[in-house]
Amino acid sequence: MGMIIQGATGDWEVVIGLEIHAQVTSKSKLFSGASAAYGAAPNSQVSFVDAAMPGMLPVINEMAVEQAVRTGLGLNAKINKFSVFDRKNYFYADLPQGYQISQYLQPIVGEGKILIDLKDGETREIGITRLHLEQDAGKSLHDQHPSMSFIDLNRSGVPLMEIVSEPDMRSPEEAAAYVKKIRSIVRYLGTCDGNMEEGSMRADVNVSVRRVGEEFGTRCEMKNINSVRFMQQAIIYEANRQVDILESGGTVEQETRLYDPDRGETRSMRSKEEAHDYRYFPDPDLLPLEFDGAFIERIRETLPELPDPKKARFIKDLGLSPYDAGVLVAEKEVADYFEAVAEGRDAKLAANWVIGELFGHLNRTGKDLADSPVEAPALGDLIDLIKDGTISNRIAKEVFEEMFDTGKKAADIVEEKGLKQVSDTGAIEAAIDAVIAANPDKVAEYRGGKDKLFGFFMGQVMKATQGKANPGVVTEILKPKLDG
Amino acid sequence: MSDLTKLTIAEARAGLEKGDFSSRELTAAHITAMTASKPLNAYITETPEQAVEAATDSDTRRAKGEAGKLDGIPLAIKDLFCTKGVLTTAASHILDGFTPHYESTVTANLWNAGAVMLGKVNLDEFAMGSSNETSYYGNVVNPWRREGDESALVPGGSSGGSASAVASFSAMGATGTDTGGSIRQPASFTGIVGMKPTYGRCSRWGVVAFASSLDQPGPMARTVRDTAIMLEAMAGFDPKDSTSVNMPVPNFEAAMTGDIKGLKIGIPKEYRLDGMSEEIDTLWQQGIDWLKAAGAEIVDISLPHTKYALPAYYIIAPAEASSNLARYDGVRYGLRVEGKDLNEMYANTRAEGFGAEVKRRLLIGTYALSAGYYDAYYLKAQKVRARIAEDFKQAYLNVDVILTPTAPSAAFGFGEKGDDPLEMYLNDVFTVPASLAGLPGISVPAGLSTEGLPLGLQLLGKPFDEETVFRAAGVLEEAAAFTATPTDWWRG
Repeated sequence: MGMIIQGATGDWEVVIGLEIHAQVTSKSKLFSGASAAYGAAPNSQVSFVDAAMPGMLPVINEMAVEQAVRTGLGLNAKINKFSVFDRKNYFYADLPQGYQISQYLQPIVGEGKILIDLKDGETREIGITRLHLEQDAGKSLHDQHPSMSFIDLNRSGVPLMEIVSEPDMRSPEEAAAYVKKIRSIVRYLGTCDGNMEEGSMRADVNVSVRRVGEEFGTRCEMKNINSVRFMQQAIIYEANRQVDILESGGTVEQETRLYDPDRGETRSMRSKEEAHDYRYFPDPDLLPLEFDGAFIERIRETLPELPDPKKARFIKDLGLSPYDAGVLVAEKEVADYFEAVAEGRDAKLAANWVIGELFGHLNRTGKDLADSPVEAPALGDLIDLIKDGTISNRIAKEVFEEMFDTGKKAADIVEEKGLKQVSDTGAIEAAIDAVIAANPDKVAEYRGGKDKLFGFFMGQVMKATQGKANPGVVTEILKPKLDG
Repeated sequence: MSDLTKLTIAEARAGLEKGDFSSRELTAAHITAMTASKPLNAYITETPEQAVEAATDSDTRRAKGEAGKLDGIPLAIKDLFCTKGVLTTAASHILDGFTPHYESTVTANLWNAGAVMLGKVNLDEFAMGSSNETSYYGNVVNPWRREGDESALVPGGSSGGSASAVASFSAMGATGTDTGGSIRQPASFTGIVGMKPTYGRCSRWGVVAFASSLDQPGPMARTVRDTAIMLEAMAGFDPKDSTSVNMPVPNFEAAMTGDIKGLKIGIPKEYRLDGMSEEIDTLWQQGIDWLKAAGAEIVDISLPHTKYALPAYYIIAPAEASSNLARYDGVRYGLRVEGKDLNEMYANTRAEGFGAEVKRRLLIGTYALSAGYYDAYYLKAQKVRARIAEDFKQAYLNVDVILTPTAPSAAFGFGEKGDDPLEMYLNDVFTVPASLAGLPGISVPAGLSTEGLPLGLQLLGKPFDEETVFRAAGVLEEAAAFTATPTDWWRG
């Protein structure tokens, strides 16, 4: 479902393409043995290679290559057995070599495609143009000294995958869904932790507008956006800015813009004329990257079940709704949790409990699934108690609340609090008789044809038994008594 | 005791083994020679204390029977090799005060074999030059002079300091690096032997880069055997250099059997240049006759793309250099000239830090890689390079080695070729094609010019067939029986 901007002269369609920079999960850097871990003291993880000392040479980290291939397979993409590292030349204080080693004309991964999940379980296919490996630059700190900048080279040389999409997205929601899907896939694969706050995933967003069905317009690129929310705001602002320009007879200039989340606007960083000439050429310090089909197959064999096939299986084999299945597979941890709960049980019931009660409680308390006081086997036990008639669904919710607060087991709580469902027909019959005796007018109305009052009697009986009466047994006894 | 500096490495090795003298004595003699050679300006940094210490250690090892293949041999190191704790300049102002915390693989290999470092020798700035006139540390002077003429001559370049030190007996051997002829041409100009191995034979790790796809370290010494001994110690696979090749290092010295019967020597017709001096042509013919007399078979060959080699080289090498030298930005080490902002600091640092020839090549290289020019220059040059490599490949189907002159002339005077960079670049006309093809090549002193200056002949081999090159070079050397040495005028 595309975003349409209604201008004075007609409707405009938004066209979006994304370049996602995903930090490869790897112990060491792309071309040196220095640690790639996040959060160390400045300049404590810098090898001579990362600092571009004279005579230092890059050596490719095979683990990073495997991770790129793995990601490519997860994006249903063509893996290029022959690829080339190029130098992208530009001067900046946090770029020690004076060039970034990247891949330009011959990337390690070619065209692929993914499905994005939209509202109501709808999906759309988005094309992947390519994925290439490159090294990150260091970090400039401009707020440490009145006139000098400080440089931290810990990040210098850290391996990144740049995942480039086709300009296939038509709304901020689709762009958000795309980022979430990429994040989900790389997290399933274990190739990137997807942490946007720590900068392990950032996006360059290309936006253009066009009259519906016409040729693509001129695009602007907004760099280094590190939250899905900011990305959507930036797209909306930028699309409207471009429509305003075009409607007032102007032309959109191709340029790089910066999104300022504080002001909620985009600003020009550099125009096409000011754009760098990166003077790409193959890095003569590195041989072309070559591997055989067996290398790819070895990696393919270790791929986990990815979100889309998992979702399809949840729908087909477990009978879940597309919406529920989509929610459950988005994060691998959630899917694993759900499957542990659903194992040997009613999958729909398990899905309801995970999505409804568990997520509700996690949200309310601001906890992650990893910190959940109720682990999958414990939730499974609770569901078993419902299934075997020990407790009712309503009581189960109370029990869950208690489990979440105290971490106690469901059976213990039921035992301690005497919440066991009453199926003793004598006790139930006594309760029913008391309710009927107390409400002669309602009984008369019911018998006069007001069937809906059955619920009222049910409720009264349940209340009288503190909810512990087995609803099936209550119905069985109550109905003939009311019918007289 | 006779003058220990006049010994070859092989002779010194034998003397040390027999106990005729110690490494301390051998090293002391060279330190004296090094000090006396100051007028040649071959050394940028002398390290006599370290040399004595290393020599003492060597003698201790030898006493324990643990001597390595080059144990106790004093060598000069081109100041393009990073040496741990010793100033490393690349003969450039921009590396002011740069003292590496690491040792290049090639020099580490030499020290592991027991060699002793006398000091770091001068070169053209970042190895860019053919006359050693572009060093920030001043010109290197060739120990040779024209007969009856006291004017100073260039030693060739870029390994001019290495060549001058070896030719003046102030080092037994030296490391060089060859990008387009920087080992072979100065060897020819100073009457010594210079060997450029196959690209990938020696590690480039820790060698300040000029043009990464061409740079190759190699030995310079006074005999073919000495270069063979040195190369065996220097060479070897290095996992830290992705372009180094994982092949065993042969015993190069053992390859010098003295027997080249039936060896096929290619003579490329394209190397016979218009206007080439008579004496170069005559020397070449003499070389052909010597090898023939030793039983080799002479085969006329064609390397049709030879004339495109220089233009291609002067695109590829500057293009790579323009990127390799981007790291000298004043941010982390070496010279920094402050400015009002980052860009001005870059501009000031690089304007002051680089000399004219380096700037010229950085500009050429930057231009050649620019958007819109890349295809016409860099890509085209790479295609030419592939054709040149193919020429050699075809030729080597029929021959084992190729014989050519090393340089189109003998050593020339300072400033003689300074005005026109193109004229200077022509010095490399015979050495550049093999560099582009990554082939091994050696320059062997073969005779004297009419003015009494040394002239070299070049033998080129198949990839990783240095053994055949050494074998043929040994025979050529013996036939040429080049024994001339420069008068030691610099001792005053």
